[in-house]
Amino acid sequence: MTMQTDSAAGNFRLSMLISDTRYRSYTFQLVAMILLFASVGYLISNLIFNLQTAGLSISYEFLEEPAGYDINQRLIEYNSQSTHWRASVVGVLNTLLVAVVGCFFATIFGVLAGVLRLSNNWIVAKIMAAYVEIFRNVPVLIWILIINAIFLVSLPQPKAFKARGGNPPEAEMFLDAFAFTGRGIYMPKPVLQTGGMLVLGIFLLSIFVMFAYRRYARSLLYSQGRDLPTFWPSLGILFVPAIVIYFVIAATGELPIVLEYPALKGFNFKGGIWARGSFVALTFALAIYTGAFIAENVRAGILAISKGQTEAAASLGIRPNRIMSLVVLPQALRVIIPPMISNYLNLTKNSSLAIAVGYMDITGTLGGITLNQTGRAIEAILLLMAFYLFISLSISAIMNVYNKSVAIKER
Amino acid sequence: MSDQIAFVRHEALQPSPPPASETGLVKWLRENLFSSVFNTFLTILSIYVIFRVLSGLFPWLANGIWDAPSLKACQGILEGASGGCFAVLTERWNQLVFGFKYPSEQYWRPTIAFLLLLVSVAPVLFSKLPRKLLILTGLYPFFGFWLIWGGTIVGPLISLCGFVAAYYVFVQVDKRFSFAVGLLAALVTAILVWSLGGPLKSTFEDFIALEAVPSRDMGGFMLNIILGTVCVSLSLPIGILLALGRQSNMPIIKGICVVFIEFIRGVPLITLLFVANVVLAYFLPPGTNFDLILRVIIMITLFSSAYIAEVIRGGLAALPRGQYEAADSLGLDYAQSMRLIILPQALKISIPGIVNVSVGLFKDTTLVSVISMFDLVGMIRGPIVSSTEWNGIYWELFGFASILFFIICYSISQYSQWLERQLATDNKD
Repeated sequence: MTMQTDSAAGNFRLSMLISDTRYRSYTFQLVAMILLFASVGYLISNLIFNLQTAGLSISYEFLEEPAGYDINQRLIEYNSQSTHWRASVVGVLNTLLVAVVGCFFATIFGVLAGVLRLSNNWIVAKIMAAYVEIFRNVPVLIWILIINAIFLVSLPQPKAFKARGGNPPEAEMFLDAFAFTGRGIYMPKPVLQTGGMLVLGIFLLSIFVMFAYRRYARSLLYSQGRDLPTFWPSLGILFVPAIVIYFVIAATGELPIVLEYPALKGFNFKGGIWARGSFVALTFALAIYTGAFIAENVRAGILAISKGQTEAAASLGIRPNRIMSLVVLPQALRVIIPPMISNYLNLTKNSSLAIAVGYMDITGTLGGITLNQTGRAIEAILLLMAFYLFISLSISAIMNVYNKSVAIKER
Repeated sequence: MSDQIAFVRHEALQPSPPPASETGLVKWLRENLFSSVFNTFLTILSIYVIFRVLSGLFPWLANGIWDAPSLKACQGILEGASGGCFAVLTERWNQLVFGFKYPSEQYWRPTIAFLLLLVSVAPVLFSKLPRKLLILTGLYPFFGFWLIWGGTIVGPLISLCGFVAAYYVFVQVDKRFSFAVGLLAALVTAILVWSLGGPLKSTFEDFIALEAVPSRDMGGFMLNIILGTVCVSLSLPIGILLALGRQSNMPIIKGICVVFIEFIRGVPLITLLFVANVVLAYFLPPGTNFDLILRVIIMITLFSSAYIAEVIRGGLAALPRGQYEAADSLGLDYAQSMRLIILPQALKISIPGIVNVSVGLFKDTTLVSVISMFDLVGMIRGPIVSSTEWNGIYWELFGFASILFFIICYSISQYSQWLERQLATDNKD
């Protein structure tokens, strides 16, 4: 039997670069580097050659030129004389709007469906299972198109809400406040009058106070075992000051916050908030599609907490609702939140399907009209990818921090 | 007191039947539908919702018109009654399935290719089938390509020869030298065979030739299936390599894999399809003329391989360290320990994830309609809805597309759950 000894560093031979596991990894990495540089260099030389023959160059100057097209939904000042850059910013804001509103509703749908699917009511559980399976197994693009088609085909046009020649109108507003029309949904808009800011400020302040109170109650529970009630006090802290201020101001003069209702003027609605059909179709479709995925995560999270945890808590004499908030939920959230955030991320990326219904998000402005008008395909798509990459990476950075903070501390 | 002998019962009394409210249907209803006031409310609400949906849907389905030349004619037959106009499905069936350019006298080819696909996928999905059938699976890509795209059979045969020769060389070299040398030799052999055989293709242009169909004529649901199967099968090996690279302890290789995976996962598929559509041509040597479907296949494959890599990485990370150490202590080298010990277990753990990614990918193939390719959704949005006969018809078409996707995706996910149960080797009931 031969003894194998590691050769000392002194008598290094070239063949050890392949045969010796200590050095082989350097060879592999060197080869990988060379291959990578060679292929990237090849692609870039192709790019340069192709651009030269086509008489093009990479330049972002087009962002400074006037865009020359209109965007129907804009959250900031924009007209067709604004620059392409401005158009892209409008698109970014529209994307973020869809993402935020979509995530909000997706969470509601998902948590509801996930909890109800575990309900002991047979028929409700089955309906929720059907919802989850139907929406998870059909492409989101088809859902977006279907919901968009509801606006295109099924809902009445605004003029149908008008009474003509003594006939009652063909369509009626819901509660006299919401109008579901083919052009979108019209709903009341809260308008701040004098003193409105004060009410709003007080309300925001009470949110902080409420969280501070809950924190205090929890710290008291952990340090001294004293159990302060939280539900009713926090509800009180949240609403009472704002309502009191509201009525105090209302008693002195005009109402601080009034609702501006949409009203039919001519053949269209004026006033209130107008959520465009394309926006609603996109947001609702994304929310209900992603909601089905979140429902599965929520269900898995709740099922992941073993029954022993609940029973152990019960045997310690903890009351049922406390078991939920102190034992089950903190552990379930650890399972639920990471996939939930990646679902939010998917929703944000799927919002690029806006282009299918003509909603002007970043893909529609920068990747759509700007690209077609200026012909700057490489620049526009690079910028587009950079935007989505930025969002994804920042969300995963936040998620990593969260995961670290809730990770089970093992000894 | 009497001197009568007291009666002593010898067998136990039969238990009296449970009260009517605690048995059978009544019990089930009480427990599952009406256990509390709130549950009763939910039950009644659900029944009402189901009733509303069914009462709207049923006449629409029952009165459906299956034979009419146009939407106008359909509405004429219905005379204002509620009913679906399913005639669009029967009239445009071929367009929905094959697209509008595929030569109609050749429809039998994709049909046979699809049936053969089912047959050749079966031995991969069900391990109880005879293993000999796997040969069929290996042959299918070449035969399927020939059936769908047509042309001479020599081309697919040569590429098959290349693979067979490469495999043979690999087995021989792997036995004598090492895994890496074997791979290199196999690569050289394959390239040699392909470059030698290439000219043969033009010589035997009419040898067992089918009418050639260019890629841009593919469409309809056929295109979704082609994209789905090709991209999933191509992205599996790439995904495995990426996952191994990301888990490796060589910083440069790990770095390359991490950057690639995170980049691809960070951008929406649409932007990658834009790249395929307008940008990719700039990066190819001048004169190369990749058709759009090939460029799209490349981008979708890259996309899904990044996701599959993450799933497999999860599987690799979930294996206990002892497995890696056991492989090392047996004296296996990296390739052996991966092939024999680590990957079989890691892949088994990742099957549900891989299936999820595949289902997601298959659904995402509808996105190609955005870059004006005419897949199922593209056909509906483009040529069918904008035709004069069927302008304004939505529900029947989208309903059809949803049902088609639902059937396929749902059965795949049911299969994966079944497989998970089959593969469970631990003793958890």
